Amino acid sequence: MAGNVELTVNGRPVRVAVAHDEVPLLEVLRNGLRLTGTRFGCGLEQCGCCIVLIDGKPEKSCARPIATVAGRQVTTIEGLGTPQAPHPLQQAFLDEQAGQCGYCLSGILLSAKALLDRNPSPSRAEIARALDDNLCRCGAHNRIIRAVERAAARLRGEPRA
Amino acid sequence: MTLSGVLADNPRLDRWVSFAESGKVAISTGRVELGQGVLTAMAQIAAEELDVALHRIAIRSGDTELTPNEGYTAGSQSMQAGGVALRQACADVRALLLAYAAGKLGCAPAELTVRDGRILRGGAPTGHDYWSLAAAVSLAADATGSAARKPASQYAIVGRNAARLDLPGKVFGQPVFIHDMTLDGMAHARVVRQPNRGATLLSIDEAALRRAAREPIAFVRDGNFLAIVGDSEAAVEAAAAAAADRVVWQGVERPRALQQEASWLIQRPSIDRTVGAPQPAATRGLQIYEATYSRPHLAHASIGPSCAVALYRDGHLTVWTHCQGVYPLRAALARMLGLEPSAIAVRHVQGPGCYGHNGADDAAADAAVIALRTPGRPVRVRWRRQEEFAHEPVGPAMAVKLRAALDAAGHPLDWTAEIWSGTHQGRPGGGANLLAAEALPNPPPLAQPVDVPDAAGGGAVRNAEPLYDIAAKRVVHHLVPDVPRRTSALRGLGAMPNIFALECFIDELAERAGKDPVDYRLAQLSDPRARRVVERAAAMADWQRREPPGAGRAKGIGFAQYKNRAAYAAVVVELEVEESVRLLHAWCAADAGLVINPDAVKNQLEGGIIQSASWVLKEQVRFDNDAGGPLDWESYPVLRFSEIPEIDVELLDAATDVPLGVGEATAGPTAGAIGNAVARALGSRIRDLPLTRERIMAALLAQ
Repeated sequence: MAGNVELTVNGRPVRVAVAHDEVPLLEVLRNGLRLTGTRFGCGLEQCGCCIVLIDGKPEKSCARPIATVAGRQVTTIEGLGTPQAPHPLQQAFLDEQAGQCGYCLSGILLSAKALLDRNPSPSRAEIARALDDNLCRCGAHNRIIRAVERAAARLRGEPRA
Repeated sequence: MTLSGVLADNPRLDRWVSFAESGKVAISTGRVELGQGVLTAMAQIAAEELDVALHRIAIRSGDTELTPNEGYTAGSQSMQAGGVALRQACADVRALLLAYAAGKLGCAPAELTVRDGRILRGGAPTGHDYWSLAAAVSLAADATGSAARKPASQYAIVGRNAARLDLPGKVFGQPVFIHDMTLDGMAHARVVRQPNRGATLLSIDEAALRRAAREPIAFVRDGNFLAIVGDSEAAVEAAAAAAADRVVWQGVERPRALQQEASWLIQRPSIDRTVGAPQPAATRGLQIYEATYSRPHLAHASIGPSCAVALYRDGHLTVWTHCQGVYPLRAALARMLGLEPSAIAVRHVQGPGCYGHNGADDAAADAAVIALRTPGRPVRVRWRRQEEFAHEPVGPAMAVKLRAALDAAGHPLDWTAEIWSGTHQGRPGGGANLLAAEALPNPPPLAQPVDVPDAAGGGAVRNAEPLYDIAAKRVVHHLVPDVPRRTSALRGLGAMPNIFALECFIDELAERAGKDPVDYRLAQLSDPRARRVVERAAAMADWQRREPPGAGRAKGIGFAQYKNRAAYAAVVVELEVEESVRLLHAWCAADAGLVINPDAVKNQLEGGIIQSASWVLKEQVRFDNDAGGPLDWESYPVLRFSEIPEIDVELLDAATDVPLGVGEATAGPTAGAIGNAVARALGSRIRDLPLTRERIMAALLAQ
């Protein structure tokens, strides 16, 4: 059914007009709200490019019906930080030059955010496990893991992190 | 002084450098950003040669209206060819402007220096800078190549880490990808792909597709080309998903399971040639050793599907694409559409990493075909994930049979590599058809497949000739024209299967001779740069401390100089094998000649190691399922974060100002190193990739 759905995106309440309840959240973000930082990878919930936080948990948005996020809090890469005020994860990814083509990074940054929110001192293996739902095809994995370690240290307030 | 290839093709200096905006230097390059950091390296080269701060450089890239024609961004050629050309163009521009300034100042050009674009004489300001001089000096002149380039010993920007210019946009989720590009009034489109050349469209259940779309859609059909177009991307996507059951084709052919392995190629008709030493008169009395290795078809498997935007207005077509070569694509589009190339502009926009010829060119052709039928309205086409897996060209399967005649010490005196492969050159710039052209009425004839010329490094024969000191070496090349899937360039082309085969074979020969694999290699490797990377990688990996054969844990080594003329790389891998392979650590020593941006080079070498490990352990385009090929990441698994080894990369200093391409340098050595480590860990050799659990179990059972 065509109608409006209300949700909170990056801290801001929004009301979006959708053609029907099954329209994927990713479609609403990218075309409805012009938040194109969340990338389309497969549409099959397999690659993790489209991961956003829904009420703080990392969730794939490419096949997620919009109706199921009504009234909920969605955080996208645009809500993480900006060039003027980067999130420590974003700064760490730049410090480590963690990425090549960068198409996977939005989803990875949000998976990493969810990890650090629940575990401020993850081991390398715990970081890797937390990112296993995110594919990276260029082979930037080790840089990405180092960047998450660096961000974790900075968020813990460790000097020189 | 003669101009280098790329500069000779594009000699006009104003095609490379412009000072039109005060305080900025606009640099043009025909090379495109594929996530490898090439534009940052180009900016470093220009800033260094012109003596301006890096932040003053603004890069234009891959645009038929604005930038030089450098063909394809491929083959690890960007620095070795494009970077060297840009460096000379900048040196010529600098010399031209300094000569003019010297004339005005009544001094010799040699008395002048440049600091961040300002002209100094005896270290004091002259009141001139590039921007004031450029107003008086035309750069609409041809490069001469005569200006002296800055000696590498004076470099302050080249050779130091520079943060990648393209990375912030990606880390902050900015609309940097073509998928994010939106034009006013833009329509969205999906193509219902012709399953194969010659398949004909029988019927379309339009009503069912409209129901699936749930919002208005339109159909664009011409012959066997069918596209779904609409205002809503969700609607065209839903309709395209439904098309699998609602659009009926005749003459559908699918690859068959029996064609799946590279061994299938060996008995097929082929175009044959032999390069290298003549066949030996006699190898009588010598021991002969022979083994056959294979690699299957591989997908580029870009993380995002291909996409393009096109607009046809007032008789002029503009196409935005993430392809690797805007000029070759423009020529192919002109052929397909019957337009003059001058009526088409092709502009590069970043896309997901491609690692070779994926669906990008074909998506651009789709967008162009639709745009011509919706004049005045821009259209964005995005392929579906399933479409990318099913219709992108794949890296060809290869079978490699190696045969060596050995001397009394067990070293090869005579070496033959016999190769069976489909072509590695399926690019539209090489004469192949764009997919849309196959579906439109009167499809052009199929070009006879040819492989990449040897002068360009070869396709199937790339790195087939070992760098080792062997008296007589030859390559027998069987180009198999009729293969089950369209094949084309995948990162490294034949280098990965050839180096996998030859580095495994070298280990097998070392074992026969009772020699340590590193010692055995060094005993027949006289190139000092090659020796250095092998020795360094072995030292980094503490090579002497290894488990005995068959212990389930092992180190293995692989080495190559990519194309026997780009970067040198040696890789040692340590791994464990139980039922499957677990990678523990990889060490890499590389000599890339003059390095522009060391951290970006390391990123490329690391990425090559990981991608190759994924190919070797997991990847195969299998035909033995209902669809006749993979359609998603479950049917085409790749390495995940938990499966990645720790990696150490060292770049060795090289006293040279010649850069050696690195993008494809580690793929082959990594494949060899993993093959050798698995063989040592198991105590038996697996010669067919990928090294899956099934193959390991079979090898263990055979013991």
